[in-house]
Amino acid sequence: MIAADAPKPDSILPQVEASRARADALFRLKSAGTWLVVIGLVLVGLWATDNIDTAFIAEWGPFIFGGAGLTILVSVVSIFFATILALIGAMGRLSRNPYLNGVAALYVSLVRGTPLIVQIYFIYLALPQVGIVLPAIPSGIIALSFNYGAYMTEIFRAGIQAVPQGQREAAESLGMPERLVMRRIVLPQALRIVIPAIGNDFVAMLKDSSLVSILAVEELLFRSQLVGRQNFRSLETLLIAAAIYWILTITFSYFQQRLERRMARGDR
Amino acid sequence: MTVEPSEAPHLGEVIVDARGIEKYFGRNHVLKGIDLKVRRRQAVMLIGRSGSGKTTLIRCLNFLEEPTMGSVEIDGLRVEADPLHANTRARREQIRQIRLRTGMLFQEFNLFPHMSVLANCIEAPMRVRGVPEAEAVATAGRLLEKVGLADKRDEYPERLSGGQKQRVAIARAMCMEPKVLMFDEPTSALDPELVGEVLTVMEELAHEGTTMIVVTHEMHFAREAADTVVYMDEGRIIEAGPPEQVLGDPEDERTKTFLHRFLSSFADREHAHDPGT
Repeated sequence: MIAADAPKPDSILPQVEASRARADALFRLKSAGTWLVVIGLVLVGLWATDNIDTAFIAEWGPFIFGGAGLTILVSVVSIFFATILALIGAMGRLSRNPYLNGVAALYVSLVRGTPLIVQIYFIYLALPQVGIVLPAIPSGIIALSFNYGAYMTEIFRAGIQAVPQGQREAAESLGMPERLVMRRIVLPQALRIVIPAIGNDFVAMLKDSSLVSILAVEELLFRSQLVGRQNFRSLETLLIAAAIYWILTITFSYFQQRLERRMARGDR
Repeated sequence: MTVEPSEAPHLGEVIVDARGIEKYFGRNHVLKGIDLKVRRRQAVMLIGRSGSGKTTLIRCLNFLEEPTMGSVEIDGLRVEADPLHANTRARREQIRQIRLRTGMLFQEFNLFPHMSVLANCIEAPMRVRGVPEAEAVATAGRLLEKVGLADKRDEYPERLSGGQKQRVAIARAMCMEPKVLMFDEPTSALDPELVGEVLTVMEELAHEGTTMIVVTHEMHFAREAADTVVYMDEGRIIEAGPPEQVLGDPEDERTKTFLHRFLSSFADREHAHDPGT
């Protein structure tokens, strides 16, 4: 073959790129289509077999949706306190002071060794017996913070340990006292490492916050159960609750991914 | 063996005085009685095979490693090795005072990645020394200018080359106005073409009379910039003296063997790294 007849290699490059982009887009389209088809089939099937009452959903949907506010509130407040607990816990776990270390280790072990639902009941139902009576919402928030704080303690500890030793050495060599090294050099870097994990835990918290419904906190699950049980329509109400949880978690996961991506190319 | 610096007239009083430094890592005897004196404006280069204890020695001088025995005096402050009580508050403060008198440069630079170049330089002066911001910024600007990176002050370390990072690290250390700068193989982690720019800055500092202790494998640099070259082997100082003597006409057999092997295997590299002065 004569070279002049062959297409130049760079003239074919845009075509290669375009075809790859087309293939990618088609793949995503098909994948998303699968979601829609499966969900659609289930819903249409339920509707066609008269197993689902759309009028009921229209009537009670907004009421159940009203519980989402409390779900988010409980989750946000709990993840906030859990983060603070985790920070203190991680300091304790890394402390050279055997008493602080012991307290922190005990906390983590205790929480990880008992079910969340037991912890929730304990704070709401068992503490009153020793004279500590807390309303339902604070009880739920305390239990969730306490629980997540312990799991996040280990995450924070790992994050702090993941900051290279050289960073500490450089800071100490500049004469920075230990606390300043921790506050100004180690923690800011550790935080960047653990932020994705905090995001994951927040999404998990959104779902686990449904457990506080057992304390009659009027969040998503409680409202859906309230309506569902009274009317023997748990299929509809639980579908609504599940859909709202799902949308919430997808939304937060989306923002979390964007945050992660921004941090990945940020000034590290 | 004590290193008595050559009585060159430009050298000042003794500023670093380490005596009888012994260091064990577990049962491993790494430093076997090191005495080292460094005078003001003296540039001391530590050379020797890897594992000879050079790095451990300078890390003992600012207590990044706790010596097992011996004592270190820097600018009039003497601290005894005390591995049994290394963690009391009073002692940590003493060690911090030693570190305020020394600047340390690392193989891996260790710039703070979450701070801009300028912020790296003013962090310790402002928060440790309590220097007002305007003054800290002015000092940092002057020193960044000196290492040729004034235009990078707002960049983050990630955007700098290895050579630039090390030069920023030098400026950062000097912002604390240490009495002595200690370099732990400052060019070992650099791509070959970036070694020269760092050595040039260091050589300038040495000629200006900055007191420094440098662990290095760059023989050409040692010859150009050192007042004293110290050869270490198996945790001991074997030979010390002016570069032309230690590098050119060593007395000890071990030094000869080392230099011979080193120069033959690194001859090409050496040549490539010539900072061109």
